[in-house]
Amino acid sequence: MLLIDCPHCGPRNETEFHYGGQAHIAYPEDPHSLDDRGWAEYLFYRDNPKGLFAERWQHGGGCRKWFNALRDTHTYEFAATYPAGSPRPEAGDLPDPGHGNSTRTTPSSPASPNTDHGGHQ
Amino acid sequence: MAEKLPEHPDFLWRNPDPKPSYDAVIVGGGGHGLATAYYLASRHGMTNIAILERGWLAGGNMARNTTIIRSNYLWDESAAIYEHSLKLWEGLPEELEYDFLFSQRGVMNLAHTLQDVRESQRRVNANVLNGVDAEWLDPQQVKEACPIINIGDDIRYPVMGATYQPRAGIAKHDHVAWAFARKCDEMGVDIIQNCEVTGFVKDGERVVGVETSRGRINAGKVALAAAGHSSVLAELAGFRLPISSHPLQALVSELFEPVHPTVVMSNHVHVYVSQAHKGELVMGAGIDSYNGYGQRGAFHVVEEQLAAAVELFPIFARAHLLRTWGGIVDTTFDASPIVSTTPIDQMYVNCGWGTGGFKGTPASGYTFAHTIATDEAHPLNAPFALDRFETGHLIDEHGAAAVAH
Repeated sequence: MLLIDCPHCGPRNETEFHYGGQAHIAYPEDPHSLDDRGWAEYLFYRDNPKGLFAERWQHGGGCRKWFNALRDTHTYEFAATYPAGSPRPEAGDLPDPGHGNSTRTTPSSPASPNTDHGGHQ
Repeated sequence: MAEKLPEHPDFLWRNPDPKPSYDAVIVGGGGHGLATAYYLASRHGMTNIAILERGWLAGGNMARNTTIIRSNYLWDESAAIYEHSLKLWEGLPEELEYDFLFSQRGVMNLAHTLQDVRESQRRVNANVLNGVDAEWLDPQQVKEACPIINIGDDIRYPVMGATYQPRAGIAKHDHVAWAFARKCDEMGVDIIQNCEVTGFVKDGERVVGVETSRGRINAGKVALAAAGHSSVLAELAGFRLPISSHPLQALVSELFEPVHPTVVMSNHVHVYVSQAHKGELVMGAGIDSYNGYGQRGAFHVVEEQLAAAVELFPIFARAHLLRTWGGIVDTTFDASPIVSTTPIDQMYVNCGWGTGGFKGTPASGYTFAHTIATDEAHPLNAPFALDRFETGHLIDEHGAAAVAH
């Protein structure tokens, strides 16, 4: 069972979450310009790395919000979890490998009580 | 030593060092790689070939599946390839001269909701039209075919009927691999274990060899049959595959007297059960939800499948779990396999069998060998080409795949 650090609720059991596959896939900017290959890429082709993978999770048993995670698909270890709408953390922002516990990253300014309740993207 | 040890039994295949060059190399020494080599050698006369296996022969999904064989798929394309596979299975013990305990004890796919009933009956009708043996059983007939099943209406998801394919069944997976390996070896195929492919050698858009942990091997053709690791290899080669790799778990109980005469699968409550020849109850469930290459999954998935099993089979309540394990399954978005040429000249890919690769082993090898030898798809695997994700001719078998993913 994975221990998943929801950016809004903190660490919870995997059974509270739903998986959403690869993160950061935007709707095509100009759908009319896509050919069949482009549509195939958008609809069916996903990265499938053995290693770090940016992926979506939804905390269905808690805040019900979607968020993103960086997780190693071989060791299953989380490198970071971060709110939906935030960019993928750079390698330099991640904790040292083997440091153990998953770490929430706050890519924007330091968290204040207000940002916990509003402005979620 | 008090007693002399018995002689080691005959080895079924050699362990040769790789030659500098082959007409074709197959990457992946599991069931599909072995079957491909067997049909390349026996049907197409290509014997100067090698199987390159990263670990040991048939130690991946071929050793981890629940050994179910059936062909009751919905769509014409799937029924054709899986039924061809079943027909090959029926002849293989004789052809390979190896009794790998192929037991046509039938497979039941249970229906627990009205929607299940409608879909299942539709599938039975589609199967019959395609010449696949299929019957619809009402709950009483389910009970007659498998007396230990609970058909009471006081459980969460009562059994409302089942599809039944009498010619379906199970086989002993390790022995299937060994049977193919022995025949391949006899025909001169080099089976090279502990040989990891680390890169591909290309001349323009054509592949001409592989880099391995045991040096460079030149090859006229390169065929990928690496299941869960297919994406990793494709990336090394410079193209993408529309698959996701997930953990899939299975388990066995301790040994019991024969209590379970057939194979029972339930898509809705997520368990499938048979009893192996030795006596273990063999069970599997749905995939773990996340992408994973770890060959392990979460215990709550096992717990859910056991809860489903005990509700369906109250007699299992006192059975002890002996072993659980996981494999890496390569799932596609339409739950159908990919047996295809690739964007790279003389390179071929066989993947995407997801949770149902074991039953497809013979037809997979048969059609993949044809594709490799002739550079064209066999009519059976033509619909399963990579380009279906562009043309939109998907073959949606999420219903018949019987395992949620």
